Amino acid sequence: MKPLIEQSWPRADGRKGIRNTLVVAYLVECAHHVAREIQMPYRERGAHLIGFSGCYPNDYSFRMMKSLCTHPNVGGVLLLSLGCEGFNRNGLREAVRESGRPCELLVIQNSGGTRSTIETGRARIEAILAEMARQPRAPMSLSELCVGTVCGGSDGTSGITANPGIGRAFDQLVGDGAACIFEETGELIGCEHIMAARAATPELAERLTASVEKAARYYTVMGHGSFAPGNADGGLTTQEEKSMGAYSKSGASAISGLIQPGNVPEKGGLYLLDVVPDGEPRFGFPNINDNAEIAELIACGSHLILFATGRGSVVGSAISPVIKVCGNPETFRNLRDDMDVDAGRILEGRGTLEEVGTEIVDCVREVASGKPTASESLGHQEFVLGYKSFSPLGPSCHPTSQ
Amino acid sequence: MAPDTLQLAPQDNIVVLTRSAGAGDPIRVGDIEVKLSALLGVGHKLACRAIARGEKIYKFGAPIGSATQDIAFGEHVHLHNIQSDYLPTYTLEKGREFHSKP
Repeated sequence: MKPLIEQSWPRADGRKGIRNTLVVAYLVECAHHVAREIQMPYRERGAHLIGFSGCYPNDYSFRMMKSLCTHPNVGGVLLLSLGCEGFNRNGLREAVRESGRPCELLVIQNSGGTRSTIETGRARIEAILAEMARQPRAPMSLSELCVGTVCGGSDGTSGITANPGIGRAFDQLVGDGAACIFEETGELIGCEHIMAARAATPELAERLTASVEKAARYYTVMGHGSFAPGNADGGLTTQEEKSMGAYSKSGASAISGLIQPGNVPEKGGLYLLDVVPDGEPRFGFPNINDNAEIAELIACGSHLILFATGRGSVVGSAISPVIKVCGNPETFRNLRDDMDVDAGRILEGRGTLEEVGTEIVDCVREVASGKPTASESLGHQEFVLGYKSFSPLGPSCHPTSQ
Repeated sequence: MAPDTLQLAPQDNIVVLTRSAGAGDPIRVGDIEVKLSALLGVGHKLACRAIARGEKIYKFGAPIGSATQDIAFGEHVHLHNIQSDYLPTYTLEKGREFHSKP
């Protein structure tokens, strides 16, 4: 079979990257400015800025940072610490080095302050970039690809064009052996039984249902139900109808497993990412915006993200390219430079859902081959990471009999 | 030519409007033209066959509620003639009560 791309970046853990990004990561907000100053001149050469603002340590945030810094699209890492924050900076540096990537750590309090750390940091970046340029290349097949999906800035068109269009693309990708991830259990309230019927095993079906019930509880405590009055104005009548619109992003494949942020699917198939923390609500909303969800999909290994929008989100992301699938044809014309796929053309008689699904898969192939997405060309590199806590997943979430 | 309505799955008994249209505007549901009862936006549902009271409403090929009254071909399908069949968790029920307060 013809490879998806000829020149991917193979990593020591067996995964392959479709980009060779240098990550500059601050480990507390106090190191954010220095990290940004170091990264900014290298933006065009593939340096992306990520980080964690909190001063208190947290297992989830450490796992996220580790997953992101050892993501297959990442070729090298520069860590920026103030010096007194709680983040386990040495543990992260060792984990990244063990993954075979060049990784340097600068502690501002030990490096002479802002000006001197920026200067040293840029010199380190030059060295890391030189090492990254020597990394070997290898072909990569579609079955080695991991794709995540998210929706944001939705309107009445999202559920009837962009989301089911992505569902059709997911069906094709899963059929070709790729791993595909959908998420946001809070948007699935009302279709959990329909979803559970697609689980690969009865045990997994129970876990899928339980994850949606957990989300319903959590969002109620946050003071937000899923069905809002504005939904009815947009023609949506029932909770299950609204959720089916979001759910349609997942397509029609069997669901292979349930994962948490930072879990990488071990093989191809369709996975539900449970983004809602376990236990009593503690740190606020599960994800404060779309980019927090995107960061979690990337931490699960997503090489690229399919983002469904109707009103028109413009965001991209650090580390993995974001493909914007626009459900509303008017939005597509108004925000043309920000969009990649015109799914709303279905509403104007210019194509079918199947054709949109195929167009999305074609776009995935091109972007994997190096073509920049709209948000990449515009320089979008949004990134958000907050606090969460999770209990370990049981074995029923990873069915072995498939 | 741009369609007025879209059927999202073959087993659906509703279609969705592809654009806003005003009261009295002619709208094609399949090959048959009907007149809209009110101004409706993109995404609103029309029956694409006669639906009896108690029958399930199918959209995306999945049940999204049941008819609370007989619905004629071409009629607007919304809060006034269908209801949710979702059995919410106790907490979701609480959430709904909370949000339905004026």
